[in-house]
Amino acid sequence: MDRVKRTLTPYLLVLPGGLWLLLFFAVPMATMLSLSLQEGDIVNGFVFTGHWQNYVDSISAYQTQLIRSLVYGAITSVVLIVLAFPVAYWIAFYGGRKKATYLFLILLPFFVSFVLRTISWRMLLTDDGVLLHPLKEAGLLPADFQVLGTATAVIAGLVYSFLPFMVLPIYVALERIDPRVVEAARDLYASPLTSFRKVIFPLALPGVFAGVLMTFVPATSDYVNSELLGSSETTMIGQVIQSQFLSNSDYPSASALSFTLMTVLLIGVFSYARALGTEDVMKVAAR
Amino acid sequence: MFQSNKPDPSLLRGMTRSRLGRRDALRLGGLSAMGAFLAACGVEGKGKPQASMAPDAVAKFWADKTQNGKLNFAGWPLYMDPKKPELKKFTQKTGIQVTYDEVIQEMAPWFAKVQPQLSAGQSIGYDVMVITNSSQFGQFRDSGFLAPLDHAKLPNYAANAAKSYASSSYDPGNVFSIPYASGITGIAYDPAKIKEPITKLSDLWNPKYKGKVGMFRDLQELGNFGLLAAGIDPAKSTEADWQKAAAELKKQKDAGIVRNYYDQSYVDALGKGEVWITMAWSGDVFQKNVSDGTNFKFVIPEDGATIWTDNMAIPVTAENPVDAIMLMDFLYELENATTLAEYINYVCPVPAAQAQMKKHAAALTGEDKAYLLSVAESPLVFPGEAEYDRLHYYVDFNTAEEKKDFERVFQPIVLG
Repeated sequence: MDRVKRTLTPYLLVLPGGLWLLLFFAVPMATMLSLSLQEGDIVNGFVFTGHWQNYVDSISAYQTQLIRSLVYGAITSVVLIVLAFPVAYWIAFYGGRKKATYLFLILLPFFVSFVLRTISWRMLLTDDGVLLHPLKEAGLLPADFQVLGTATAVIAGLVYSFLPFMVLPIYVALERIDPRVVEAARDLYASPLTSFRKVIFPLALPGVFAGVLMTFVPATSDYVNSELLGSSETTMIGQVIQSQFLSNSDYPSASALSFTLMTVLLIGVFSYARALGTEDVMKVAAR
Repeated sequence: MFQSNKPDPSLLRGMTRSRLGRRDALRLGGLSAMGAFLAACGVEGKGKPQASMAPDAVAKFWADKTQNGKLNFAGWPLYMDPKKPELKKFTQKTGIQVTYDEVIQEMAPWFAKVQPQLSAGQSIGYDVMVITNSSQFGQFRDSGFLAPLDHAKLPNYAANAAKSYASSSYDPGNVFSIPYASGITGIAYDPAKIKEPITKLSDLWNPKYKGKVGMFRDLQELGNFGLLAAGIDPAKSTEADWQKAAAELKKQKDAGIVRNYYDQSYVDALGKGEVWITMAWSGDVFQKNVSDGTNFKFVIPEDGATIWTDNMAIPVTAENPVDAIMLMDFLYELENATTLAEYINYVCPVPAAQAQMKKHAAALTGEDKAYLLSVAESPLVFPGEAEYDRLHYYVDFNTAEEKKDFERVFQPIVLG
């Protein structure tokens, strides 16, 4: 009896979460996968026909947006690393007792709704807005200068939106570094640069990896920034999926695009994990 | 009941949903021959209602229906004064309790939402719904989801509605629906930035306004303007014409003339100077000027513009259809149609409301009076013959395949 109980316990523990996942992850996923292989229209209904052509059609129609999204996502992640690393480094090593405060400050803007913040940027950066209007009046910028509607605006928006998701994991990784390790490097006559390059950075890599995971994937599939800050030239795949689902009621094409995006992202993430070489990284990232 | 300091309804509408919403509906919609208002032309619409309807369908539907003292109205956000004075009057007069829900925000999702219940013959919980003359209207109609209207129960409609509505191509003879309000898609511009008068669609293609032109993201709206600019009647357009229109639009885009393809946010973009000239919806511009003191001009281009109509219809499974049709007719009483138009500022289906509105204005003073007079005299609320002659409905699709083709032609312009 006791043994039965003991064997069952782990399963019982995993049951609520498992059921939850089954119901709200596995079932929708399966439905979507099936939907992506269906044919028809919303009036007459969609019928499963194993129509792989949906994938071919939607990818060939929207590959520009798909590639653009991946490029934006990648640029966003790189910019984020460059911006977030020094911040996290400074907080981790020089933050002293106020570390928690600094981290809170990083998070503070994120207490305001994501969409609202992006709309605020739109208001600040608009052609005749508070920022550009005086500069144009003063003749510092040409009259037709614009920030909104450009790829720069969209990527800047993405970077802004996901900054904490890069700072926090890097901070956690750096924070965990034993200062004595750095001291040891210095004792062995490593220059500050060398000790950073050979000791600190490799130890922080799991954080960077986790940060990239947490920013590249959502940034690539984001559509709010491009919607609000971009133009038709910056359309991302998320917007395409959204409009296929909600405006055109073309569920199969939308599902096919969603799965394509997911597949591409998964392949990307796994090969990235592979390249960095490391189960360790995954392990640390998971911690 | 009229106050000049009420919040701007168009703004509120924009805040509660993106107006992509209602108009989005229009995007793939569209059923049109010549435009409902070109009654004289008598062009046969492509609607198929009569074909599929038995001659005694009306009698059969209404035979066993009784007044139940309540009804549920499915409307759009802020498409009626929030205090619902018209509905209160209706309850006072008839004792019928009305529940007004702003549940429709976009036609496609609305159709998707109620379609399963309707096909199963179940009530959707609403007895009247306001639906646009979009492709979904055709889907509702052709699937047999709309109750045939008993015109004996619509005396006010017969007496007061503009006659031209009876010849609409999406519902000729008003078999299934009567209009709630219409709107015009034309051009709005900022005269502070653009000195010369704007009169033609080609002004949207003028390289002088490079980077300052707004177009609609709505494919049906965009496609329609492309077709009109190419000199093609949307109603008679073929896929080859769509390609031509798309080429026009592509040229405009590649030349860097278009700043962006907008939903409702074009009003904002116009206000902020992002665009100087843009495709626009009539009611919005009117409201924007009144509420923000802006001086934007709205024109119906000489070479054509678009008109759309939101219609009241009764789902075939409605539980209280008698109460519903009573309300529909009640809204066509002159006084009620007038107050409704005073609030929503879209094209009023009752021509006599114009004189009535002037009468209301005469009873007011100062700013309120001036405002109401401006509403009453606006060609955008009460268009004249000259305006109607230039207005076209959307491209009509006979099949879902056609609709898809249309999307495929125009989607790439919007989704660069």
